[in-house]
Amino acid sequence: MFKHLKQLTSLFAMIAVLFAFTTEAMAKKSKTLKNTQKKGFVRCGVSQGLPGFSNADASGNWTGIDVDVCRAVAAAVLGDANKVKFTPLSAKERFTALTSGEIDILARNTTWTLSRDADIGLTFVGVNFYDGQGFMVRKSSGITSTSQFKNGISACTNIGTTTELNMRDFFNSRGISYEPVAFEKADEVVAAYDAGRCDTYTTDKSGLAAQRTKLSSPDDHIVLPETISKEPLGPVVRQGDSVWEDIVRWSLNTMIEAEEYGITSANADSMKTSDNPQIKRLVGAEGEMGAAFGLDNEWNLRIIKQVGNYGESYKRNIADTGILPDRGPNQLWTKGGILYVPPAR
Amino acid sequence: MNNKIKRIFPQLLTILFVVFVFGFFTINAQVNMDNRGIDFGFGFLSQEASFDMQFTLLDYDGQDSYLWAYVVALLNTLLVSFLGIIFCTILGVVIGIARLSQNFLIKNSAAWYVEFFRNIPLLLQIFFWYYAALRALPLPENAQPWFGVTYMTIKGYYIPSMIWENLNIFMSCLIGAIVAIIFIRIYAKKIQEKEGKQLPVFYISLALITILPLFSFLIGGVTLDFEIPVLKQLAKTSFIYEGGISLPPELIALVLALSLYTSTFVAECVRAGIQGISKGQKEAAASVGLTPNQILKLVIMPQALRIIIPPTTNQYLNLTKNSSLAAAIAYPDLVLVFAGTALMQTGKAIEIVGITMLTYLSISLAIAALMNWYNKRIEIKEK
Repeated sequence: MFKHLKQLTSLFAMIAVLFAFTTEAMAKKSKTLKNTQKKGFVRCGVSQGLPGFSNADASGNWTGIDVDVCRAVAAAVLGDANKVKFTPLSAKERFTALTSGEIDILARNTTWTLSRDADIGLTFVGVNFYDGQGFMVRKSSGITSTSQFKNGISACTNIGTTTELNMRDFFNSRGISYEPVAFEKADEVVAAYDAGRCDTYTTDKSGLAAQRTKLSSPDDHIVLPETISKEPLGPVVRQGDSVWEDIVRWSLNTMIEAEEYGITSANADSMKTSDNPQIKRLVGAEGEMGAAFGLDNEWNLRIIKQVGNYGESYKRNIADTGILPDRGPNQLWTKGGILYVPPAR
Repeated sequence: MNNKIKRIFPQLLTILFVVFVFGFFTINAQVNMDNRGIDFGFGFLSQEASFDMQFTLLDYDGQDSYLWAYVVALLNTLLVSFLGIIFCTILGVVIGIARLSQNFLIKNSAAWYVEFFRNIPLLLQIFFWYYAALRALPLPENAQPWFGVTYMTIKGYYIPSMIWENLNIFMSCLIGAIVAIIFIRIYAKKIQEKEGKQLPVFYISLALITILPLFSFLIGGVTLDFEIPVLKQLAKTSFIYEGGISLPPELIALVLALSLYTSTFVAECVRAGIQGISKGQKEAAASVGLTPNQILKLVIMPQALRIIIPPTTNQYLNLTKNSSLAAAIAYPDLVLVFAGTALMQTGKAIEIVGITMLTYLSISLAIAALMNWYNKRIEIKEK
């Protein structure tokens, strides 16, 4: 009898310990920064391969403008833009990975919408690419505009994206009956469209431009001029850690504002002696811009030096790779685009 | 007294442990969800789904609720499982018997078939049938008709649809014929037990099931028309067939891959079942003057079925669960639509994954219950 009692007590003790861990975890919330510094790397969720945004080469090096957001954060909080652990995620997995704490930043061409921001425990920190949904068709079909779509058209796309919903709105509002063929992964969509399963492939226009390069003969396909939705793509963090949220937001803002003031990775150091106080603030030569985040004063200088400004990132990843040479709306507000970020001061 | 405690105490401990483990996980999940501002609840099921589905058995539109989307997606899963189970059983029985054939060619081709399809991962087979076989199919405008009126194309298999008039009269005739056949079989069995006379039950059944529905056409006012698919041009090089029924290539590829894969396992069950019956049974049956057909039907099969059914049930369950691989090739099954799109749009991960798991569990338990019932029926009745 006493033997059993002993077993029971140890069981209770075990359970008590387990509960103790949970309560401790509760008390330590909003400590993403601390955890990141302790681990020594930023945990970043990216796509499974979208050229220009997040794509890994043969040796596993990630590049893209989404990747650069995570690198910027790593440069700011750890001092080294390479200290990032990338986790490739499908559209379906991405939010669960973030809310469950598997990653700390989601930079995966994700559209900022009300329901995502409000409902599912996420916070969008900004926009790093202004996009819109479009359609790609075969040139040989003779279709040059979405107004030529007819009843019975089949459209390939991904599941779990705003694309699926926009597509329905678009076809319904025009009274066109269509066949949605929705795959889980982008590569499968490309393969099915390439095989001739669908008449059109619909997703964000940047995605179409990028995926077109994966088709067997890219020149036989065109992206139609119409844009059927607004798709502001941006990095996302978990709700409930406002300091971390601010760090990611201002890392992105720093890159955009650096371009505005002509600070590049090459001239950043020399800008410390600039006459313009705004420039000096961006390279950590004036003010205490890092203290509020718990960072040192040169966090933004490191971002610019190691990752570059937004223009450099765009040129390197999207323009020079031939995906979208024209910056379109993703140009600075001073140059006719809509990139406009609050001042860092 | 001491013995009783010894017996009860470990059980009590186990129950306590299970309760605590579940309690711990529930509380932990709750606390973490609270921290992250995620609500728990099933209210989303009545919200508008606002996405479309490619292939549905019942009427579905994006304006319907998530609950209805769930039902429609579940039916798609059940359809694939049902078709897969039927085809894999037919194929499995044929291959299983072929493996025991005396003919060298038949025996060895059956063995090769089993070894080949059983040893390639199912997902690869699904991809093969979808991408490789799909690419080989013609575009709608180049398709040659099969059987004159059906078209197999890269966009699907187009078959004529039936337009019935007075379908209910036809159906009642059909049901009437089936009921009559059941009664005749019971009657024939009685006659045989009483007088030893054998009625030609098969021919009577065949006559009933053709003549009664035929009468419904002749005098019941039933008519049947076919709507034949017609080629329609969407753009310069883009065509589809309109009218009739279109079976999406995703469904065809999935059923094909699932049945071919699972049929190899069923074939092995069948072979094992037949080989499990001792040779003496066959010889004894032959010695009382039964024909080879009668031996298989009356002596070997009833005994072999007892060995075949339990492992085959497992294969049916596997097929049903494997049908969730549909997500890879865009067939709108429960996993793709509900645990995919719906989960994404609502963010209710725990609720939706929970519902999906419970659904698969229920389907599996239902199939197992059905097969257990059948197994009980054919089991040796000890007297």
